[in-house]
Amino acid sequence: MNDDRYEIRFGGSGGQGIILAAVIVAEAAAVYDHKYVSQTQSYGPEARGGKSKAEVVISSREIDYPKVIKMDFLLAMNQTALDAYFYDFKPNGLLVVDSTFVEQLPTSRVIAIPFTRMARELGRELVANVVALGAVGRLCPAVSEDSLQKAVLNRVPPKTVELNSRAFAAGAEAAAAFDLSSLPRSITPDEEQEI
Amino acid sequence: MTEKTIAESARLRHEYLRHDKKFPHVWCPGCGIGIILGSLIRAVDRLGLNKDKLVLASGIGCSGRLPVYVDFNTIHTTHGRALTFATGIKLANPALNVITVMGDGDATAIGGNHFIHAARRNINLTAIIINNQIYGMTGGQYSPTTPYGSLSATSTYGHIEHAFSISDLAITAGASYVAKGTVYHVPALDKLITGGIEKEGFSVIEIMSNCHTQYGRRNKMPDPVTMMKWFRDQAVSVTKAAKMAPDELAEKFIIGVLADRDKPSYTTEYQHIRDRALKVAKNE
Amino acid sequence: MGCEQSGKTCLLQGNEAIVEGALAAGCRFFAGYPITPASEIAELMSMRLPEVGGAFIQMEDEIAGIGAVIGASLAGVKSLTATSGPGFSLMQENLGFACITETPCVIVNVMRGGPSTGLPTSPAQGDVMQARWGTHGTHPIIVLSVSSVIDSFEVTIHAFNISEKYRIPVILLSDEVVAHTRESITIPDKSEFEVVNRIRPGVPPEWFHPYEDNSRGVPPMAAFGDGYRHHITGLVHDVHGYPTQRPDEIDAFQRRQFRKITNGFSEIQMTRSVMLDDADIAVIAYGSVSRSALRAIKMARERGIKAGLLHLTTLFPFPRRIVDPVLRKCRAVLVPEMNLGQISREVKRVNLSAKVEKLNRLDGQLITPEEIFEKLLTL
Repeated sequence: MNDDRYEIRFGGSGGQGIILAAVIVAEAAAVYDHKYVSQTQSYGPEARGGKSKAEVVISSREIDYPKVIKMDFLLAMNQTALDAYFYDFKPNGLLVVDSTFVEQLPTSRVIAIPFTRMARELGRELVANVVALGAVGRLCPAVSEDSLQKAVLNRVPPKTVELNSRAFAAGAEAAAAFDLSSLPRSITPDEEQEI
Repeated sequence: MTEKTIAESARLRHEYLRHDKKFPHVWCPGCGIGIILGSLIRAVDRLGLNKDKLVLASGIGCSGRLPVYVDFNTIHTTHGRALTFATGIKLANPALNVITVMGDGDATAIGGNHFIHAARRNINLTAIIINNQIYGMTGGQYSPTTPYGSLSATSTYGHIEHAFSISDLAITAGASYVAKGTVYHVPALDKLITGGIEKEGFSVIEIMSNCHTQYGRRNKMPDPVTMMKWFRDQAVSVTKAAKMAPDELAEKFIIGVLADRDKPSYTTEYQHIRDRALKVAKNE
Repeated sequence: MGCEQSGKTCLLQGNEAIVEGALAAGCRFFAGYPITPASEIAELMSMRLPEVGGAFIQMEDEIAGIGAVIGASLAGVKSLTATSGPGFSLMQENLGFACITETPCVIVNVMRGGPSTGLPTSPAQGDVMQARWGTHGTHPIIVLSVSSVIDSFEVTIHAFNISEKYRIPVILLSDEVVAHTRESITIPDKSEFEVVNRIRPGVPPEWFHPYEDNSRGVPPMAAFGDGYRHHITGLVHDVHGYPTQRPDEIDAFQRRQFRKITNGFSEIQMTRSVMLDDADIAVIAYGSVSRSALRAIKMARERGIKAGLLHLTTLFPFPRRIVDPVLRKCRAVLVPEMNLGQISREVKRVNLSAKVEKLNRLDGQLITPEEIFEKLLTL
């Protein structure tokens, strides 16, 4: 299909700030990068603890179908969410996991960073999603790191700006340690790849 | 009637009844609703209210047909819902004086939820509830205020449910003003309605009225006069009741102003919300 | 939340865009009752309305919500309520009151799976026929649908405009996907869209007949408090607004209701055609499903299939004059819906000899572009 959809999915458990993280990515792309975005989510009836999934589609053109078709980017904050939401992963997609909670990796195109552990070390486990966003800003080509940082700091309560900017920086720095080009180009061999 | 009262009555009719509305009205001869309509008109006249700014809303049933005859802004809504429409009208234009008139079934069966919440919210409306203890228009089925043991079209073996007191309900739910009257005690009724309209907040005036056609006929009070006598004998004024023992009051009901409390009405409170919201919006 | 500034780009949910659209259209009253997936509309309204001098009230149930909305409109204020399936069912009686009294108001129904409590957090399109026929008795009604955030803003403005112009309740059908999808939107400046207000009487009060016919079939509407003391009733009424049982008056009243809408078909019936000019196969879709359909026809085009899309914004009065040529021109038409076939019946009724195929999902999931594409390959 002749378009440049970039499809992102975030998965975690309710209360981990998954939806907020996706909203922030969407805001960064829409408001600061002036791209078309569509952000959706699905959740169960429980407010806390259940699986939660949020998606962002980013494109330079108007977006028709608003949900993810084939993922370019999956952020999984725990094993349950990873197992549940890994389907529809593109062969050359990128998986980013919170290694605090994820042990089994379904692909070698993966970057594992202990977001929650890092957040605890910063003093608040609650900012694990912002640590993860720092990594997203560094690793995800569809949204600029600058815009994402602005969007994060615009959303958080004024009193927590300092903590959140440290969290964002920590995530970005951890991600910078990885060399994307060292990952296998695709999880399927070249000859099997369909366009 | 003296000449003076005849002239006064003619003036009120000319001033407040619609000239282009086709009469006769829908009520049975001797119905209490006509008396209540008269009381309401006298109260409005006494208060000197501007007819252009007065809204009279009703639900469904015999009481529902009351507004159409009166030269105000009038609305005959759906069954039990008069208070919901009135709430919207009042909130949209707080300068309007909004009065609702409902029956016992209308206000406390199908509309019971709206009634208690209008009282709880203390929205600045006047609710006149005509309690004739029966569904009259549909043919005499029992209502929430039909007395235990009485006969109706749907309690042909005697009624096994207990009636509840509309006034007590209104007091408990939080209405600013609650009064009870009858169609026998007319001068008192004029005052109760006047007091209710004047009061800020939710006012309830419960009026015992005769439906000799559907209720009286089945319960040994087949004509208006017998029912009037029954109201006369059963009603005890608030002041008199205060001096009576509970067992003396067992078969009676109390009339007069039963609750009169000062608290801000919903529309007053909402104006504060507007002021606060405007301030927040300006600061942003 | 919220995006009050025009010209600024922001990210809004479909539900939030409905609020912005309503405010832009001049809505100043909201009454409702919380229900998933429509609650965000009430929440944002409770914040925004007092800022603009309007009023918000959370009522004791949806019956009361629409009652208050009709009351406010009769007092001259543009009014909105929003709900989902169970609440929409409760509103049906008073909706009929709005129809018979010709009271403008907009009712949003964010469709979720049903019947009954159904699937509160999942999308569906099962209330289409209820929107048309939910209240009892013969009556015209206008039902519009939205498919995106921008749509939610723009169609809400249209909904108010049409409601005011034709004095008729307008039902705006959204669904859980549209309601909760966030997309970027730039709120246009006031000068960029039209706002229509109901026509008020110009005659002296003693000449005013609140339901007198005219060439448009839409009588001017006085607000309570304007000095035109008139009567509003849910009974069938004569030109004075008083109950009538005269067959000639009843017939004239009922027929005028339909005539006024028929007169306005050209502006009421809103549709969008995509790649239909040379199409020999078409998808007719509405709501979130139209987004999948749009992608599906692009996929089909890439495979050399001449597919096109007719996206319906107006569902009722059903735009048969727009659908008919599509049916005549295309060898087959596909109607994908998140129900077992409600609009597909209307499509079929337009031309019984046309080939109208259905694609249905009832599992609380949005129909995907792939599914529509696969189905198109078989037609």
